[in-house]
Amino acid sequence: MTLKVQQLAKTYHSRSGVTNAVLPTTFEADSGEFISLLGPSGCGKSTLLQLLAGLDTPTAGSIHLDGTWLNGPGRERGMVFQSYTLFPWLTVLENARFPLKLEIHQDYSRPSSEVMNEIERVDSLLDLVGLVAFKNSYPRELSGGMKQRVAIVRALANQPKLLLMDEPFGALDAQSREEMQELMRLLHAHQKMTVLFVTHDIEEALYLSTRVLVFSARPGTIIADVAVPFGAIRDPELKFESEFIRLKRELTSLLHPAREADLDRAGLLRRIVSTPSQPI
Amino acid sequence: MQTTMPKASASPNDTTAAASVHGVTAPKTRRKWLLLRQDIPGWLYRSLVTCSFLSLFAIWWWASERKLLNPIFLPTPESMLTAARGLFTEETLWVDVGASSMRVGAGFLLSVMIAIHLGILIGSFRVFEALLQPLAEFVRYIPVPALIPILMVLFGIGEFSKIMLIWVGTFFQLLLMVTAEVRRVPQDLLQVSYTLGARRLETMRLVLWRSAMPGIFDALRLVHGWAWTYVVVAELIAANEGLGYRILKFSRFLQTPKIWVYLLVLGLIGLALDFLFRKLNRRLFHWADTTKP
Repeated sequence: MTLKVQQLAKTYHSRSGVTNAVLPTTFEADSGEFISLLGPSGCGKSTLLQLLAGLDTPTAGSIHLDGTWLNGPGRERGMVFQSYTLFPWLTVLENARFPLKLEIHQDYSRPSSEVMNEIERVDSLLDLVGLVAFKNSYPRELSGGMKQRVAIVRALANQPKLLLMDEPFGALDAQSREEMQELMRLLHAHQKMTVLFVTHDIEEALYLSTRVLVFSARPGTIIADVAVPFGAIRDPELKFESEFIRLKRELTSLLHPAREADLDRAGLLRRIVSTPSQPI
Repeated sequence: MQTTMPKASASPNDTTAAASVHGVTAPKTRRKWLLLRQDIPGWLYRSLVTCSFLSLFAIWWWASERKLLNPIFLPTPESMLTAARGLFTEETLWVDVGASSMRVGAGFLLSVMIAIHLGILIGSFRVFEALLQPLAEFVRYIPVPALIPILMVLFGIGEFSKIMLIWVGTFFQLLLMVTAEVRRVPQDLLQVSYTLGARRLETMRLVLWRSAMPGIFDALRLVHGWAWTYVVVAELIAANEGLGYRILKFSRFLQTPKIWVYLLVLGLIGLALDFLFRKLNRRLFHWADTTKP
């Protein structure tokens, strides 16, 4: 699998003028890569993901997947959103099997043995993420982390070549976030799909990825392409190793180049503290 | 009314007493029931409902016994009971209920069938929104009773013009409510189904419609109530039976007890149908998360 993104750009026209959401962006992704798109909020990395998913049309540039020009959404690209996008009227199992149901709808001629195999594969994925006990539960009965696990399994049901994840753990608490990161590492090793993972969490990006694309603030474009040198097997201890911390510091300075210069923080703090607080 | 008042204020003290017995230092619960959106115990809710009905009855009974109003306008409970006994044994009441129900059913069903389809189109496609929504907003503000002469000219004075009146009264309201519900379906749900391989029609049928269903069903419940209002208006057009027609006839002979019995029947039918709609909603859409806005 090769993903080729060439000079991809998105511009919004409104009454107040022209907004460049994504400046012309070029990059390539190979089989099995786990690429994080790291950048400050509002830099257009989510818009870029929407373009890749085919949910939005680019103003310029092109996307090629294995040589085919992409135009509109398709099964070969799965997507996981930050909001929990489970269908609340379907059980966990029905949600996970939803893509298969669509396939059967669209193609009645498929042999039933093939369909059975796919159903079994999805069910075993549910088992892998530890949700078999909840297969007959409805989404409202699940925690945020569990919902996101179902959403990931559902996105993998189509066996996508490319999995697009838009800050998937952004709404989770710190502990479930770490659990989900472990799960993501497991799934990536297990399924071997290419992942494009949008995040603004430097540690998360470093821990999960094989490569980090750093975006500048709005209008966003890639300012650095960092290869992550850690091997396929990683455990949470990695986050305390000196090489990890060095990379983290490097990425931080890339993301916030003028951190000290932009604001007199000490002065501001003094002013806030000296202001008598108002009784409520 | 007077007996329940001290009971309500005494109970929170009881609960604090019980809590301290178990050695739990709970914060004061005295004014807990007056916190915004605070849930109240089921027994309290039910007794308050009973209380409101009973006090209405008590006021009526007291006012009619004391002859505060002319008995022609406000009959005593006894005279109403006699009237009710007479009416319930006669066949006319059931004929009237049947006739009105048929009209409500026909007009309402016609509204529902068209409004759901059009509402989904308006809520999904800007083209249909531009074509139909401003028009519907405009018609919605035309007072329905004012349309009676036009309906009579167009459809005569038969059953059809009555059904059409109920249709006009409910359709445009329902259409706009269905549209609003369809628009409330999260964009993310539609987008995710595209990325899962759904085509546009599948997304509409399997996701948009399913997601909007509980809200649409609740809109049906509300609009159904208005259909019963309009049936009474509709029966002002030369009818031979029906609850509204009979009320008009009783009023000509100043038979107020009978009018009140009919009003009570109308109210009870509405209450029962509302209850059924709610029950069915909870049964059909148990998956909906009611705790979240």
